Amino acid sequence: MSAAMTPLLWLALVAPLPLGLLALWKPPYRMRDVVIAAGGLPLVTLWLLSRAGEGALQGSLALGGLSLHWRLDALAALLLLLTQLVLLASAAYAVGHRRAALSGDASHARFWPLLGGLAVALGVIWVAADLLLLYAGLELMGLCAVGMMLLPGKAEAIRAGLRYLLYALVGSLAWLLGVALLLGAWGTLELSALAAVAEPDITTRIGMALLAGGLLLKAAIFPLHGWLAPVHASAWTPVSAVHGALVVKASFFILIILWRLLLPEAVAAAWALGLLGAAAVLWGGLKAWRADSLKQVVAWSTVGQLGYLMLAFPLLAGAAAPVAAMAWQSTWLQLAGHALAKAAMFMAAGNLMFSTGASRLADLAGTSRRLPLSLMTFGIAAVTLMGLPPSAGFTAKWLLLQASLASGQWLWAAVLVLGTLLTAAYVFRMLRCSFVEEAPRHEFQPLPRGMDLTPLLLALAAIGLGLVAEWPLSLLRQGGVP
Amino acid sequence: MSAAFFPVATLATSLLAAAIIFLLPEGAFRARTGLNLAAAVLKIGLVAWMVRGLSQGHSYAVEFPVLEGLAFVLRADALGIMFAGLSSLLWLFTTVYAIGYLEDSPNRRRFFGFFSLCVASTLGISLAGNLFTFLIFYELLTLSTYPLVAHRGNPKALAAATLYLRFTLTAGLVLMLGMVALHALAGDIRFGQREVLAEFGAEQRGTLIAIFWVLIAGLGVKAALVPLHGWLPRAMVAPAPVSALLHAVAVVKAGAFGIVRLVYDVYGAELSQALGLLTGLAIVASVTILYASLRALAQVELKRRLAFSTVSQVSYIVLGIGLFGPLGTIAALSHLLHQGMMKITLFFCAGNYAEELGIHRIDELDGAGRRMPLTSLAFSVGALGMIGLPPLVGFLSKWYLGTGAVQAGMPWVIAVLVASSLLNAAYFLPILYRLWFCPGPDHGVGEWPAERHLGRFETSSWLLVPALATALFSVLAGLFAGLPYSPLEWATRVANLEYLP
Repeated sequence: MSAAMTPLLWLALVAPLPLGLLALWKPPYRMRDVVIAAGGLPLVTLWLLSRAGEGALQGSLALGGLSLHWRLDALAALLLLLTQLVLLASAAYAVGHRRAALSGDASHARFWPLLGGLAVALGVIWVAADLLLLYAGLELMGLCAVGMMLLPGKAEAIRAGLRYLLYALVGSLAWLLGVALLLGAWGTLELSALAAVAEPDITTRIGMALLAGGLLLKAAIFPLHGWLAPVHASAWTPVSAVHGALVVKASFFILIILWRLLLPEAVAAAWALGLLGAAAVLWGGLKAWRADSLKQVVAWSTVGQLGYLMLAFPLLAGAAAPVAAMAWQSTWLQLAGHALAKAAMFMAAGNLMFSTGASRLADLAGTSRRLPLSLMTFGIAAVTLMGLPPSAGFTAKWLLLQASLASGQWLWAAVLVLGTLLTAAYVFRMLRCSFVEEAPRHEFQPLPRGMDLTPLLLALAAIGLGLVAEWPLSLLRQGGVP
Repeated sequence: MSAAFFPVATLATSLLAAAIIFLLPEGAFRARTGLNLAAAVLKIGLVAWMVRGLSQGHSYAVEFPVLEGLAFVLRADALGIMFAGLSSLLWLFTTVYAIGYLEDSPNRRRFFGFFSLCVASTLGISLAGNLFTFLIFYELLTLSTYPLVAHRGNPKALAAATLYLRFTLTAGLVLMLGMVALHALAGDIRFGQREVLAEFGAEQRGTLIAIFWVLIAGLGVKAALVPLHGWLPRAMVAPAPVSALLHAVAVVKAGAFGIVRLVYDVYGAELSQALGLLTGLAIVASVTILYASLRALAQVELKRRLAFSTVSQVSYIVLGIGLFGPLGTIAALSHLLHQGMMKITLFFCAGNYAEELGIHRIDELDGAGRRMPLTSLAFSVGALGMIGLPPLVGFLSKWYLGTGAVQAGMPWVIAVLVASSLLNAAYFLPILYRLWFCPGPDHGVGEWPAERHLGRFETSSWLLVPALATALFSVLAGLFAGLPYSPLEWATRVANLEYLP
């Protein structure tokens, strides 16, 4: 292991914050500036990934009497790369968004430090190897996210943002209680030590249930998803993109990691989580199908898509090694594909709404003629969400189907099929509106080219990931299933 | 190097053409036309090169892993290249036709972009080397045809497109389920590795049979097998080149080609016969042939009659597959090509009548042979071919089907063939009678619904030439069926590969 790796990792983790503060002082006016300033970070992570074969990188930070443990394995490094790419894209998009939509709005400058803070928080969550560090990351992430949601400053944005804050605090409270129980019972916060000593007794179960409750709330998993759609309704597009793509996923990540460490054999509870996921897939799909405004379609689709991730729990719990391996790979592939596609979709939807000046589906008539690129981007992103080939969503679905058939848990295959049909229903309902030729409107605002290009690249990345999935998955397999 | 180059380059021609067309501005008519035609011609050249190479014993393949134990495989084999040849040849004509048909209409960039994507998917389907790769392009085909069916943007087109999606997306999922189940059972089966499933013991027979029918249900929607055919007649609202494409080259053919692959290259004809799957296929196909012919008889709109005729004709392919033995296989494979040439001619002609004279209903065709002799000649060639009149190609298909039925020991199939030929005659001959023998507006009786004078000849040459060319091809393919590289000869070559070890 090379000595340069640890400092470089921390550079990649922490650098976004000073960059964000710099941007507060001197906001960027061109997308190029953002790419130049932060474009090196994914490269650092790529280099770290290329060394992943040498085993996980780990260590601890001493803060007074406390020592905080961290660990960078292939999964964490891949998620870090994903985070950096999505955040970079949304930062670039935000520059164009500001120029096109909010010229002269001073509150925009505050977006940058919050984005930087969010990047640091997410990075910390991926590498954290103890409950305290995870807590720090989770809180920082929640506060930055709420701050970003409040940025528009409109009454409804503030109402929704404060509601989000309330939910996040309740979630944190549950989390803290769970942590306290675990610490009291087993005397350690470090994950690997905890996994070694903790027995799946009643204390562990209650502690884990509290942790899970808090995390499910933060991850907007059905039936605790009520806060998600309203906050997206009034948030800025780049904020929605980051939130839908990454923030809710971070809570899911913590949940599945803790679950695998503490209660790997709890089949009944895992099935309960899987059923919640199934309900989320169906309910989110139905709500997205019935939604009237474009942004609500995209937001509800997040609720549904998060449900797919939850199906990993029953397929991992007490499963044979090959099934567990398939479910494990499928989950992360689905997460990555969805993150890229959802960010692209929020941006494309934002472009459509900005250009037409309207947010209802029915107002999209004629867009296929006037805004073909944004619509195409929306369509390409939707391919991943529907899980049609050759996207990451498809490859992930293939693995998940294979896992569910191989383990004989046919129920999840049925959920996948229904979810796909529902996704297709809401996606094509939207596309169908755009194809209407009667009474097409003619006043469309032009967009900076970068605002079209950024989501297109993200959507294409989600497609391409389906074809080159073997590269990240082979890295993931080296780490094995926890 | 060239082994990987040709399949990738052939696929890339259409994909790149699609990408560039989407980037060109709507008004760039010349650039788009030039690009379309150049790509189509280049693709024919590449496919022809591979045909020559294959017959000299070269092989063309490229693959890379997508998941552990699952690869993306493009491979040109005799069967695949046959379908690729058909699609790239007919594509050239359809492109020419579409350029003429859509002159001055809106959204041409979108149309031609998705049109090229559609070609790319069809080509991918023909070169796919395993079920996984097949599925990728099969679904891509669904997605790229949706905007074409919805093209006109009126409520009727949108409703038809939605119906089309409901059928095809559901079928795609069913197909995927079947493929995953097969993959879980037997791993990644490359097309042609018939021994993999043949080695399974008797205890897996039930599973194999169940998976087979699941896969057929998935493929049968695109192949328009009764009762899964409902989308096809409704999709007739699409522009004529799209109908031509749906019916002759891309969508229904993709379904039929999938069935061919499944039976011959995954299960193998012998295993399929041993499991009793072929008889089932023959029965499904016979029901489809007779039912759709009866429905065709009842249609008063020209395009709808042609649509039901497609449903019935495509099932000849499935029927041929259902007849165990080389003759049945030859019938199936050659009909895959023959039906494409005849049906595309018929749709081009129907489009010409609609564009030039505003004719949509059959009873409006009276005397059109005098006003549009060349189009009507081409239509007659296509229709007589469908009925099976020698020496046209349709006769060859039916001849091989009949002899194949005898070889397979299923003489009842001959009764189906006779009945369906009579029905074909019953729904096509009245049209020919009206075209040539009934007095119409050009004889001073009544007037055309909406006459336009689109070109120097009876209609625009962009519309006329493709129809004549495909008609000519279907005559030539019948006359010179014995020569090397004719559809029949190539089908025989593939059939020999299947049955001779």
